[in-house]
Amino acid sequence: MQKKVFVQGLILAAVLILPLLLNYMGHPFYLDLATRLCILAIAAVGLNLILGYGGMISFGHAAYLGLGAYAVGIPAHHWLYGGMDVIATTNGFVQFGLALLVSGIFALLTGLICLKVKGVYFIMITMAFAQMVYYLFISIAEYGGDDGLVIDTRSEFPLVNFDNSTQLFTICAVSLFFVMWLVWRISKSQFGMVLAGIKGNEQRMIAMGYNTFVYKLAAYVISGMICGFSGALLGNFTTFISPEMIDWARSGELMFMVILGGVATTFGPILGAITFIILEEVLSTITIYWHLPFGLLLIGVVMFVKGGLSALIPKVGDKE
Amino acid sequence: MTVLLSVSQLHKSYGGVRATDDLNLDVQTGELHAVIGPNGAGKTTLISQLSGNVFPDSGTISFDGNDITHMMEHARPHLGIARTYQITSLINSMSVIGNLQLAIQAKQGHSFKFWKPYADNKDVRTAAYDCAARVDLGSRAEIQVANLSHGEQRRLEVAMALASDARLLLLDEPLAGLGPEEASDMISLLETLKGQQTIVLIEHDMDAVFTLADRISVMVYGHIIATGYPDHIRQNQDVQHAYLGED
Repeated sequence: MQKKVFVQGLILAAVLILPLLLNYMGHPFYLDLATRLCILAIAAVGLNLILGYGGMISFGHAAYLGLGAYAVGIPAHHWLYGGMDVIATTNGFVQFGLALLVSGIFALLTGLICLKVKGVYFIMITMAFAQMVYYLFISIAEYGGDDGLVIDTRSEFPLVNFDNSTQLFTICAVSLFFVMWLVWRISKSQFGMVLAGIKGNEQRMIAMGYNTFVYKLAAYVISGMICGFSGALLGNFTTFISPEMIDWARSGELMFMVILGGVATTFGPILGAITFIILEEVLSTITIYWHLPFGLLLIGVVMFVKGGLSALIPKVGDKE
Repeated sequence: MTVLLSVSQLHKSYGGVRATDDLNLDVQTGELHAVIGPNGAGKTTLISQLSGNVFPDSGTISFDGNDITHMMEHARPHLGIARTYQITSLINSMSVIGNLQLAIQAKQGHSFKFWKPYADNKDVRTAAYDCAARVDLGSRAEIQVANLSHGEQRRLEVAMALASDARLLLLDEPLAGLGPEEASDMISLLETLKGQQTIVLIEHDMDAVFTLADRISVMVYGHIIATGYPDHIRQNQDVQHAYLGED
């Protein structure tokens, strides 16, 4: 157990320190890569709350990334070009607050419907809602439609400057650690145990007197808000947002990270995100068909490594 | 004696099958009321309607004077109704204690407590250990449910209902699948519960039923054809004809 914690700490330290070091040595590319990694890992941690701990397989979580990103992009757009004075701003607190609010409300409204069904139907409905958001943004010409929207001015906060890539990375990394800690606390709380109970045997939980629907809904909303937050960071990072980031394939990639890393573990999502980013980077330089070995890896891990990559950590540590 | 649970003119059909057909039943406070009947008589369907998992087509169910016919399943335990399942239904991924903690906590208000670590809940933990000890699972408390023997799972199934401190226990074949020794353990357990809580017991084991029950109702084709003390049921012509055979 000690070794496991040690190895996990080592990986977290590497994610935080290595990119900064490489950047200092004149390789800013790795800082960018690590920033993207942290942002996607935050979304994966958020998805893990319902997919892993709650057993609700959402195939539409990219929608929250998109909503979060547009919650930054749309106010910035109006701030520059006028119109919609109520939300026209580059103030980061307003933009991030808006991202959390919009993703929370979207999760609440869609959750009320999605969570009435289970299994395959749940997967399909979450995906359908995400596609609705996708087509919504495609159809709004004002925000670029299909072509997307350029964020000219990043979110403005006191003390930190998002235009500075080192600072942006540090914020993303710290946010990731914070969100991991948050979800870990939730998973160990009474609410977390109820969620685990629902995943294990929902019918029994109802018979014991739990109104399982509201607990699932609460988890769904928290999960959506975490992904919305991740989306707001993503918008600031890429400074270009488009409906493509809401596409169902993006939702699939988030699922990929969670499942590859290990569902219902604190460390799984970040491990999955690291693997995803590194493989995407390495494999795509070798072949444009990089999704193929990617898929094979997922099949291999799911079939032969019970508990995902994070289950391998103690084994790695035990070898001496 | 006051009536705790009263069922009147209950009907439930699945397609053309009348699973519950004009069923009337009164269960008095403190009694152990056994419901017997041949396979397919609709006993489990009755339990499901009492616990709220299935809603009747017509008729009323009242508990302690309140009409609960249309009350949601998750609300009924808060009135003091708990059930067990004929086919064991536990949270297999958790330990014995984990299961019992959830059962105890279910009645202590909401569980929207996101922050405080679950393990810090000492009172609930202690209560869960006490409950495990009651069904002789004290030494197995930390074992994951999936790794328990069938007999142990059956005992935990009953303990889950006990943990909630219910006023009315609906026990659906607690002896199902148990070997002779395990069955006699279970019967002694049920004997200790007798008188403390009101119990509706569905059971196929006639020896157990006639040992334990204060009163017995006999159910055939979704209808209760006779209710009475064990001696009366044993001698009832209709019952013998319909169910007990010619012995």
